[in-house]
Amino acid sequence: MSTLLGVSDAHIAYGKVEAVRGVSLDVAANEIVTIVGANGAGKTTLLNAIMGILPLKGGVSFSGNDLARLEIEDRVAAGLSLVPEHRELFAAMGVEDNLRLGAFRIGKVLAAQSLERVYTLFPRLKERRQQLAGTLSGGEQQMLAMGRALMGAPKLLMLDEPSLGLAPIIVADIFRTIGELRASGVSVLLVEQNAQAALQIADRAYVMELGEFVLQGPAKDVAGDARVAESYLGVG
Amino acid sequence: MNTTIVLFLLQDGITNGAIYALLGLALVLVFAVTRVILIPQGEFVTYGALTYATLASGQVPGTAHLVVAMGIVAFGLDLIMRRRTLRLALVGWSFLINIVLPAAILVLTLALTGKDTPIAIDIALSLLIVGAIGLFLYRIAFAPIAHTSVLVLLIAAVGCHLALQGIGLVFFGAEGQRGPPLSNAAFTIAPLRFSGQSIAVYAVTLALIAGLWLLFSFTLYGKALRATAVNRLGARLVGIRTALSGQIAFLLAAVIGAISGILIVPITTLYYDTGFLIGLKGFVAAIIGGLVSYPLTAIAALFVGIVEAFSSFYASNFKEVIVFALIIPVLLLRSLTTPAVDEEED
Repeated sequence: MSTLLGVSDAHIAYGKVEAVRGVSLDVAANEIVTIVGANGAGKTTLLNAIMGILPLKGGVSFSGNDLARLEIEDRVAAGLSLVPEHRELFAAMGVEDNLRLGAFRIGKVLAAQSLERVYTLFPRLKERRQQLAGTLSGGEQQMLAMGRALMGAPKLLMLDEPSLGLAPIIVADIFRTIGELRASGVSVLLVEQNAQAALQIADRAYVMELGEFVLQGPAKDVAGDARVAESYLGVG
Repeated sequence: MNTTIVLFLLQDGITNGAIYALLGLALVLVFAVTRVILIPQGEFVTYGALTYATLASGQVPGTAHLVVAMGIVAFGLDLIMRRRTLRLALVGWSFLINIVLPAAILVLTLALTGKDTPIAIDIALSLLIVGAIGLFLYRIAFAPIAHTSVLVLLIAAVGCHLALQGIGLVFFGAEGQRGPPLSNAAFTIAPLRFSGQSIAVYAVTLALIAGLWLLFSFTLYGKALRATAVNRLGARLVGIRTALSGQIAFLLAAVIGAISGILIVPITTLYYDTGFLIGLKGFVAAIIGGLVSYPLTAIAALFVGIVEAFSSFYASNFKEVIVFALIIPVLLLRSLTTPAVDEEED
């Protein structure tokens, strides 16, 4: 399988404090990769830097192209999409307007197709299409954020803590949808504190602690690791 | 009180109020998209009016040269500030917008200036020139500090106002000018006389308000501008270039300001510093609208115009005092009714 996203020896600092120290990772086409780790390990920082929100020292490439010189907007155009931790929805605008803006960079015809796809994936959004985004429940807002990110037909969807603060039944729903994305040809890079759910759907996993990867490999092996089981899965 | 006088004052107030409404709407638009309180809005009015009047008298306005100068500065800034992400396509695009476009505007102005140029061409040129100034003003003065606080942006806006006013004095001189009216037609209904110019003011105001409403409610680009205002990071994450949104907001504000100037310069003599006071009255309306509400701003602007008309008749010495004092009860009421909001929440 060909490499879609490649990060090599990435260092990310807030001023003088290095939050991420020399991590390398890759995501292949049609793959679900997860980064698990405790709060404050640097997972969100890494995603934000891959998206171009934070400056990153090291190499980042996407589909074989160097991303270093590209701004956020250009990375979106290249096929990267981030659903950020705080979702960053257009709260004062309607659900359908939020979705339409997600397809800002692609043509009208493609946008209409994307909208159909997103409504099939999240029927709840179709029911609430006229409602203001800010009045949705937490789970619906997460669906809208994912739907908006998918509207631009990205090759790689990066999800930052999609389960944060949601009821278990909605979390299950969202994880099932993530699994379905692979079938439609979208790769996923998933950052999660809910390691159990993440390791179940992922192909490969990285474990992050204090800004470094301490373990990586097929998700099954990582889930089977004694330390991971103890620290993140609450077993043992 | 005599009915004829009341009607006459109302007519006068509504005509002025329509202009204030346009300026107030532009202020709300710019604040929503960029968080800049656009103090130089009044200079767009002056520049539009005096560029139009200068062109109509057959001379080349200094503003046409200013566009080229600002374009060169903007191009230099593009090269320096984006050196980290510079690619050939970006340089070419920047060259097109910042060098080729202003040069084309200057050449067009030089070629078309003359005594017999039709009014429509003078108006089109004035809008092009002032629109380009608005575009570059954002690029030069505000884009580099777009992430800073509202207060910093406000101080920068005051600086721009002072600079543009000084440059205006150099270009247009200390004497006032008047421009030719759009139409000399006039008709009378009962006691009131309507000139073609005042009808043009109403028509253009209504058309622009309708146009802005259509833009923001029904077009993807209008929604993208709103989205930039609602959530800057969210907008960038769907691929909206927020720097471009800011430039478009300034372009719209500059064109609206210039249109206002062109509408009033046949009615009143405009000096290089007249625009500021006119812009401030639009500002009063925008403040009454809380810097967020377009309809409230438009209604408040009409109110400001009418209050001004009546106070200039009954207490002309205190005209400006009365108009600007309107803002005090509004601010008091707002500070009492709205909870304190932390400005730097994002």
